[in-house]
Amino acid sequence: MIVYLGANNIVSPLGISTVENIAALLQGKVAVKKQSFPFSESVWCCSKIEGNYLNDHFSKITSHEKYTHLEKMCIISINDVAQQSGVDLSLPENLLIISTTKGNIDILEGANKNIDLNRAYLSVFAKTIADHFGCINTPLVVSNACISGLLAIIIAKRLIQNNDYKNIIVCGGDIVSEFTLSGFKSFNALSDEPSKPFDKNRVGINLGEASSSLLLSKNRVSNIKITGGSSANDANHISGPSRNGDGLYKAITDTLNESSLNTVDMISAHGTATEYNDEMESIAFTRANLNLVPVNSLKGYYGHTLGAAGVLESVILTQSLSTETIIKSTGFEITGTSRELNLIQKTEHKTMNNCLKTASGFSGCNAAAIFEKE
Amino acid sequence: MDVMQLQYLRKNNMGLSIVSYCKIKNNTVCTNGKETYNCDSAIDFTSFLTTVYKEINLDYPKFFKMDNLSKSGILAAELTIRNSENFEKHAKENVAIILSNRSSSIDTDRNYIKTIIDKTQYFPSPSLFVYTLPNIVIGEIAIKHKITGENAFFVSEMFDFQLISSYVSIVLNNNNTSTIICGWVNVDENHNETFVFCVEKTNFNQERNGLNMPFNIDNINQIINKTK
Repeated sequence: MIVYLGANNIVSPLGISTVENIAALLQGKVAVKKQSFPFSESVWCCSKIEGNYLNDHFSKITSHEKYTHLEKMCIISINDVAQQSGVDLSLPENLLIISTTKGNIDILEGANKNIDLNRAYLSVFAKTIADHFGCINTPLVVSNACISGLLAIIIAKRLIQNNDYKNIIVCGGDIVSEFTLSGFKSFNALSDEPSKPFDKNRVGINLGEASSSLLLSKNRVSNIKITGGSSANDANHISGPSRNGDGLYKAITDTLNESSLNTVDMISAHGTATEYNDEMESIAFTRANLNLVPVNSLKGYYGHTLGAAGVLESVILTQSLSTETIIKSTGFEITGTSRELNLIQKTEHKTMNNCLKTASGFSGCNAAAIFEKE
Repeated sequence: MDVMQLQYLRKNNMGLSIVSYCKIKNNTVCTNGKETYNCDSAIDFTSFLTTVYKEINLDYPKFFKMDNLSKSGILAAELTIRNSENFEKHAKENVAIILSNRSSSIDTDRNYIKTIIDKTQYFPSPSLFVYTLPNIVIGEIAIKHKITGENAFFVSEMFDFQLISSYVSIVLNNNNTSTIICGWVNVDENHNETFVFCVEKTNFNQERNGLNMPFNIDNINQIINKTK
């Protein structure tokens, strides 16, 4: 059975729709910037959605007092996809999947004193969002580190192919919190400047917050379909990728096989701008004979949006595929990996029939998916 | 078997078998339905996990750097794998790990927050932070047993049989996966419960040794509820 990719949305500092976000990217705007937080004297380079900006948009949907920052981001995003597509989540044939790493972690940190502590539990967080849409099916929550979003898309594809559901809306979301900032800082992985994926002078990750939603359907809701998807584990280290790119290479080759392809027209890489990640990806892509394929990382624009990243980056990739416009890998100037990749240095037109999205994360997990034009 | 019959079996998960399982709850360890270890209930959870580690002669020093979620998963997976007749026959790239729980990594999240909340005693550590993701337990099991197949970690209020059985059946039938380490690993204050089982496609044409329970809701409920 063919599974199609339909309506989609991105909520980020660059806008609250895919259209606004793509327009900003085409103008070369980035969401990451240096900013300060009440909990720290340091200045952090990250992408954060301003509360008033969010509330202005959220108040058009419903009264905003009883929802957290992340819940508002997710509701705005899902609402846009539901409205564009007409998919009614209150029907038993439709499902909501939420992908997140930390959910409402700010509640556990002691913020939001008037919000029930139980909303720090991911299933309660997801149910709060689902209840807004009157979902009859319990929302499914995928929490698989940095591959959560892409894995949620792959899981949605499989459930539709198994005839379990007709339509699935996947929503990925995570916030920038003291929790994640201090944690990545303790790894010495954070950059004080906008990140530079795959570049020789890269200095590490920026964290970002975003929510992004994507409809997968058994109905022909667009001319873009997902033809392959798989995950694999490095079985090597919980906080560092395999030096040989084993898990990512396996996920890519399994996915190419499922799609009956040998190569693709474009890759949207994970590209966090840490030395270990970028190097591992360059090796895995080279092993899969994909080193000459135009590739970008969107982390230079949005930072690493954790549980949202796989959905957000897939949404932008499918837009690239349908409009045949490849987007510059911002921050890249000089090759900074042992294997040279074909980083996209200019946003421009390119004829495309298919493309590959990859992600890798803590615990040694990797995922890959292929999107094709009909 | 004809196509219709296979589709029926697949839809109803009648072609899948639980070939071994392990449950850890209330300071008791049960493997394939038999109580393998029981300990004074006054002991705290971390000490209990350490005594199980010693009791089953698991020589794996990395165990001691793990959080309780990963320790629970490592112990249950170890006993499940040891008690599966066929596990060593599967290529490790064809073994998937699909786990779920209610509380994500909230136990370690709380411990991590203690290290950043007081600015006079601020000591966030990468070795603690890395365990603030629920799927790290999958990575630990994968490393211990060199398993490189499919991964997924789901969070749900209770063990979601409908989802897990559907997803397990899809993964076993649609790609190279030949066996799945599946289950529930939850650590949260007084709600510590782990059950891990190994699911395979049933070979209808061959008698097999060892456990062979149909993978259905009744048998899952039996695993969840039977032991103390």
